[in-house]
Amino acid sequence: MNKQMATYIQENMTEITVKWQQQMKNEQGERSYQVISDEMMNQTSQEFAGLMMSSLLESNEAYESRLQDFAEKVVRLGWSITYVTKAIDCFAEIVYEGMKEQGIIQQENMDAFIHEFANWATPIRNSTLDTYSKTWERTVSLQKIALQELSASLIPVFDKVSVMPLVGTIDTERAKLIIENLLDGVVRHRAEVVLLDITGVPVVDTMVAHHIIQAADAVRLVGAKCMLVGIRPEIAQTIVTLGINLNDFTTTSTLQRGVEQALAWTNRKIVEVEEI
Amino acid sequence: MSDQSSVEILTEWDIVAARQLGRNVAKELGFGTVDQARITTAISELARNIYLYAGQGRIEIQQLTENGMKGILIIAADSGPGIPDVRKVMEDGFTTSGGLGAGLPGVKRLMDDFRIETIQGEGTDIRATKWLR
Repeated sequence: MNKQMATYIQENMTEITVKWQQQMKNEQGERSYQVISDEMMNQTSQEFAGLMMSSLLESNEAYESRLQDFAEKVVRLGWSITYVTKAIDCFAEIVYEGMKEQGIIQQENMDAFIHEFANWATPIRNSTLDTYSKTWERTVSLQKIALQELSASLIPVFDKVSVMPLVGTIDTERAKLIIENLLDGVVRHRAEVVLLDITGVPVVDTMVAHHIIQAADAVRLVGAKCMLVGIRPEIAQTIVTLGINLNDFTTTSTLQRGVEQALAWTNRKIVEVEEI
Repeated sequence: MSDQSSVEILTEWDIVAARQLGRNVAKELGFGTVDQARITTAISELARNIYLYAGQGRIEIQQLTENGMKGILIIAADSGPGIPDVRKVMEDGFTTSGGLGAGLPGVKRLMDDFRIETIQGEGTDIRATKWLR
């Protein structure tokens, strides 16, 4: 039966692909945001048809590696998963209808063929889904690592003065990392003043404030001072309305002022030099 | 009368999604940056409460039009354990999680109108409104 299907597909390859492309184009019309060029479509559908054939004829390993390649390519192109699964179903349907028309599938062997078709299309769909989700999982975990890398670094700007710029949303995991890096950096750089810059933090709610207060307390324990800088006007108002007490903090609106203050604390200042 | 959209709160990242939605709606309605910050912070608090205490729930954002006034309504609904003593959680500094205890009273101050309905063992429904002036 597999042979019969394969022969049919081979013999009617062009007809099937044309029909299939037509149907998939209609499908595509609904998703106007997905612009796929004709050339790309042609090439990919050839590959796809080859893949469907390969699942019938070639050995398991050859097929698996082909499937892997194809799924990865599709993910890279950013095709939606619904579109791809629909493509598989559509292809199977066209082949089935075509075989019925040619009389290969008849009343008596219909059941067996339906079974055979299900056996054929389901594994392809499953492994495509599988590859898809695996690729996404990998992307997500890589991004997570990338995010962690730019999470929180302490930058020594002057002797005894360090800055930690915070950018983006602070969640529990990041808050832990911030405190760790902060303490580690204070000890390593022998900082006396640390400036926490929250210019890039979009929302300061009670949880974020709580973490900042904790971080500052911890910094105080290792013998340094902590200053909160980069408080935007709207953030200042929200903090006051929320009733968060930051009285123990020195706070400034900009990093620049914070640095000036930090230098004053360590008995230094920036002066202009006269031209010689 | 109102447009609505909602975000399911299941993970910590859904809090970000909820407040992004709130910020977009607030911006669309014409709220200024200070009010936008107030609204997003309120959503952040409510969503975090759901995440911390109820485990899961949803944040709904509605646009309101009433007597020619425009506003935004935040609904935070969950079917968690409920709040045993509402009066207590509305006090500043009361906390069960070791936090600052400024969440709910803070939200009340950030918004114009604040209503809380809670039944122990059945869940909590909080509605907070901010009008555009």
